[in-house]
Amino acid sequence: MSGGKPVLIDERGLRVDGRKPDELRPIKIEVGVLANANGSAYIEQGKNKLLVAVYGPRELHPKHLALPDRALLRCRYHMAPFSVEERKSPAPSRREIELSKVIREALEPAILLDRFPRTAIDVFVEVLEADGGTRCAAVTAASVALADAGIPMRDLVVACAAGKVDGQLVVDLCDAEDKYGEVDMPVAYMPSKGVVTLLQMDGILTREEFEKAFKMAILACEKIYEFQKEALRRKFGAVQEEVSGDK
Amino acid sequence: MISKVPVNLNRAYLLDLASKGARIDGRSLSDYRPISIEFGIAGKADGSAGVKIGNTYVMVGVKAEIGMPFPDTPDEGVLMVNAEFVPLASPSFEPGPPDENAIELARVVDRGIRKSEALDLKELCIIPGKKVWMIWVDIYVLDYNGNLMDASALAALAALMNTSIPVAKVEGDEVIITEERKPLQLRDYPIAVTIGKIGDSLIVDPSLEEESVLDCRLTIFTTRDGNTCALQKSFSGVFTPEEILKAVDLAIGKGKELRSKLLEAYEQFKGSS
Repeated sequence: MSGGKPVLIDERGLRVDGRKPDELRPIKIEVGVLANANGSAYIEQGKNKLLVAVYGPRELHPKHLALPDRALLRCRYHMAPFSVEERKSPAPSRREIELSKVIREALEPAILLDRFPRTAIDVFVEVLEADGGTRCAAVTAASVALADAGIPMRDLVVACAAGKVDGQLVVDLCDAEDKYGEVDMPVAYMPSKGVVTLLQMDGILTREEFEKAFKMAILACEKIYEFQKEALRRKFGAVQEEVSGDK
Repeated sequence: MISKVPVNLNRAYLLDLASKGARIDGRSLSDYRPISIEFGIAGKADGSAGVKIGNTYVMVGVKAEIGMPFPDTPDEGVLMVNAEFVPLASPSFEPGPPDENAIELARVVDRGIRKSEALDLKELCIIPGKKVWMIWVDIYVLDYNGNLMDASALAALAALMNTSIPVAKVEGDEVIITEERKPLQLRDYPIAVTIGKIGDSLIVDPSLEEESVLDCRLTIFTTRDGNTCALQKSFSGVFTPEEILKAVDLAIGKGKELRSKLLEAYEQFKGSS
C-alpha cells in the first residue's frame, strides 16, 4: 500500500483526528442556500462539504413514468471532479448509481408522496469535498432540503456511520478510517419514528460487535438530528417572527 | 404503468398469511424454496456454476486474465463482479447497460466476497505493480423469480470454488502462461441470506410475488465463523432496530444451512468428476 496504513487509534485511545470513539466531527447545516431550488441545504461534516437541492413537486418528464397514486422521488448523488484526491470523472460511476438508489430509498419512507400524485420530486446531491461518510451527510442534508421545500414529511431522516478501526468501534468515520479501517456501517434513521431507512455494512463484525456498532450509529443519528432541527428553526423561526410580528 | 390495484389486493392477502406464519407457496416464514447447485456448466469459463432457488435461475462464469493492479494495491490481484439482467429472464428486464438494480446486485455480491476475505488477492499477484490476475465474476440472471441476491451470491461463490487458473511463470519481465492449472484457494464461504419484511413479519427468501409487495428487505452475508461481513437494506420501507437484530440472527442460522448445502454439493461434484 502506498503511504502505508496510518495508526488509527493511538495509545490514548484517540482517533486519527483526535476524536474519542463515539465523538462526531463538527457539523454545520445551512438551510435555503440556493436561489433557484424549491428547497436546499448545505452541510459541512468534518471536511465533507455537500450541497443538496430539491426541485418539486413538479411536472414529470418523461410523462410515462408518472405514478397515478403518488409522486415519483428521484435522486442523484454526484461527486464533483475536484471533490477527491485524484480527479473523478464526472460521468456517474457504479458507486454513484448505487448510492443514488440507497439515498432515495432512505428518504422515501419519510415523504408523504401520496399527496402529490403524477408529479416528480427531484433531489440533487453534489459532493463538493469528500472526506468519508458522504452518503450519510447527503441523507442528513437532503431531508433538511426537503423540509425547506415545504414537502410534508413524517420525520427528518438522519444518517451516520458506525464502524471498526484498529479493533475499536467508532462513529462518523473520516476518509482515512473508512479506507484503512476494518468496517464501515452507514445507518439512516427516523428518530421520532424509531425506524431505520438505510443500512449497509462492509467488513467483519461478530454478532455482539454488530449490535453494539448499530446502537452507536443510532445514538450518533439522534445527536445529528438536533443539528437538523436547529438549522430549520434558524431559518423558519426567523420567518415566523416576521410574520406574526412578535416573539 | 401496471395498475396498483392487484398489487394492493395481493399485499393484503400475503400480509394476512404472514401474520399467521404462512406463505402463499406453503413455506414457513423461514424456509427457502428448493435449492439446486451445479458446478462447471460453462466449458470455456475458468470456473462456473448455476444456482436455482425455486424458479429463480442464475448462472455465473468466472474468467481470469492478466492485467494491471490498482495503483494503491500493487501487490494484489483484482476482483471484478458484474451482473447482467438479460432480457430473456423477465418481462421487466430490458436490453441495455446494467441499471441501478443490476449495479447494486453486483456491488453487494462483490462486497460479500471481498469483505469475507474469501479470496487471497495477494496470491493473485504475478509481478508487483505490473502484472496480476484479474478475476472477472460475471453474474448472468437467466430466470427472475425473486431473491436474485442470494441466488447470485451463492452462484458466484460456487463458481469461484470451481475455478482454476493457469500457472504463470515469470522470466525476467516476461510472463509465460503454462498449460498447468491450479485451483483458486478460498479461505471462507460467505453466504447471503435475504430477509423481507411484510407488515410485522420477516420472511426468508422472498419469491417474486412476495418481493412485489414487500416493505423492504435486508441482505446479510455471514462468514463460516458466524460473523456478519456485509449488509444491504433495499426497497423503500423501514425496519425497526429489533427487526434488524432478529434478521441478523435469522441470517446467521440460515447461512449455516446454505453453506453446508453448498459444501455438500461441491463434494458430490468432485466425487463424480
